[in-house]
Amino acid sequence: MTDAPAKSLTTRTSRRSILKGLGAAAVGISLSAKKYSAWAAGEEPKLNFYNWDTYIGETTLEDFKEASGIDVNMSLFATNDELFAKLRAGNQGYDVIVPGSEFVERMIQADLLEPLDHAKIPNIKNVAPEFITDAPYDPGRKFSMPYTWLVIGIGYRKSKVKEIPDSWKWLFDSDAYKGRIAVMSDASELFRNCFKYLGQSLNSDSPELIKQAEAMLTKQKPNIKAFHEDNGQDLLLSGEVDLVMEYNGDIAQIMVEDDDIDFVVPKEGAMKQSDTLAIPKGAPHPENALKFINYILDAKVGAAISKTIQYPSPNAAAVALMPASYKDNKVIFPPAEVMAKCEYPRYLGPEFTRLLDEAMTRLRAS
Amino acid sequence: MATRTQERRLAFLATALPPIAWVVVFFLVPLGIVWAYSFGQNQGLTEVDISGTFANYARALQPLYLQIFAKSIFVAGVTTLLCLIIGFPVALAIVFASERWRPWMLLLIMLPFWTNLLIRTYALIAVLRTEGYANFTLEWLWNQGSWLLTLVGLQPLGDFTPLQLLYNNFAVVVGLVYVHLPFMVLPLYAALDRLDKSLIEASLDLGAGHFRTLFSIVVPLALPGILSGIIITFVPALGAYLTPDLLGGPDSQMIANVIERQFKRANDWPFGAALSFLLMYATFAVIAFRAYAARGQPADGHGI
Repeated sequence: MTDAPAKSLTTRTSRRSILKGLGAAAVGISLSAKKYSAWAAGEEPKLNFYNWDTYIGETTLEDFKEASGIDVNMSLFATNDELFAKLRAGNQGYDVIVPGSEFVERMIQADLLEPLDHAKIPNIKNVAPEFITDAPYDPGRKFSMPYTWLVIGIGYRKSKVKEIPDSWKWLFDSDAYKGRIAVMSDASELFRNCFKYLGQSLNSDSPELIKQAEAMLTKQKPNIKAFHEDNGQDLLLSGEVDLVMEYNGDIAQIMVEDDDIDFVVPKEGAMKQSDTLAIPKGAPHPENALKFINYILDAKVGAAISKTIQYPSPNAAAVALMPASYKDNKVIFPPAEVMAKCEYPRYLGPEFTRLLDEAMTRLRAS
Repeated sequence: MATRTQERRLAFLATALPPIAWVVVFFLVPLGIVWAYSFGQNQGLTEVDISGTFANYARALQPLYLQIFAKSIFVAGVTTLLCLIIGFPVALAIVFASERWRPWMLLLIMLPFWTNLLIRTYALIAVLRTEGYANFTLEWLWNQGSWLLTLVGLQPLGDFTPLQLLYNNFAVVVGLVYVHLPFMVLPLYAALDRLDKSLIEASLDLGAGHFRTLFSIVVPLALPGILSGIIITFVPALGAYLTPDLLGGPDSQMIANVIERQFKRANDWPFGAALSFLLMYATFAVIAFRAYAARGQPADGHGI
């Protein structure tokens, strides 16, 4: 979240970090209530959008109001856990939410999502086919539409590494970069990428594998400088560490400021995620929500959003409209052969979650 | 007469009811719900079944978690001790400062409260990190020293190696002391301010040195304030989670971090509730100890 002293308090506006620490939740941003065109349907022309911070195009919401007459009220959340905790206590009026793929599966299981009527989302045709077929967390895309995707890998300082650190080994199983490594503090992200390094699927729920990963990390712990709260890009940018486990989108953002930084997805494969658009059960404006989701999946709208947020987009038609600096960016779009080895994390049940959390507690206490 | 009593009763109710209702609705009820959760178990992903089980407490009393409790108590204890050592002279200085300066000194102590804890913690990161202000200052001093040595014809010092001030337990204690110092200084100031200055003069007149006066007169008289300060500092330090999260290293996990994960990522509210209540029982024990220690002393705190 912070970087070099001079810039220390100019917060990185990564959607994954800015609000998290503040513990701030709903910061309502009411858009100016200009007069809207006559509204024919039964719903009032309003929509409550619950989104990550800095995760929408600069003028997307105004443009949508212009096009449809629907007034969008956006609130912000900082973590999937926060989103889930809010909704498990009952929907307080949100129409469209942006859950990560693993939480889509959790929410489907907890019966928190409304099924989507694909007939009302014709722009689904713009989505790259692999995001429709390869969505194990929501088979057939019944409940969610892909909004962005991201992959975990290793961000590194080029001048401080001997060779491209293209293996999890450098983070999990080697003292070559003693004291210059930071890994994620989230149990699922950390342990399940260890599973990949150990040659297993990250969706294996074997307690043995957790033990094996725990033993490896416990041995590695003296070489690790910090378990970061998803602000790894700042640790890398400020020179605190030279190798960091982080999402590609976060590293892509700091590469603009510092050309000594690069990113690689380890050759063993890694965890990928996708943030999605979904309608929670009990949404007061479900028809408007479908209109909004369809609007976001439009090629031009999608391109405008990608231009602002610089995350990989699953919207093939939108990507086609983007400049080469985005389209051909190897950090935003890692090579296909390594992406083929990456997996979406599935929700493996409360027992697995508990085993992982206990392993994490033991690791941090050891 | 009867009407007057009734009036009084009404007046009492009118003034006492709102705060009582406030405490019940916004404090006791939520606390009761969390307490009930601690005897429950997860039912699916979103429901908690209050089954009266003690399984959560049994799990929370495993050596793994007790060890984290012990570590948290140790860190909070060290923090409190440092706050006392630093805060006592500060409080004394404010008490003996001139009328003109006293409000300003108190303001300086309270000023950090006006800024969000998170912002202050990030400011500390900017100070402590490898390329932070603390290391910049040390490097400058080091280079000046080196230059002075060459000036007198000696070998210069080697290259400066930045100190690792961040991402370890040292940083956590520094952060906690920084945040909690006002909690210690204010009750100490209140206690010392009430102290009868003529007793100190008498002690000095009768031949006791400054140190003897301090430890035989001032400290015993200020003891209630010291105990309050210790408790007001220790209790929040014990429950700190932001500071170890942001400033701590791989092994700086405190119990509040574990509790936070239960309510968020691990989605295990009953276990999180049990851990929270263990922490709360420990806090109650400390406060009970304070009440016990205060017993037998006259209320004004001057009874030695």
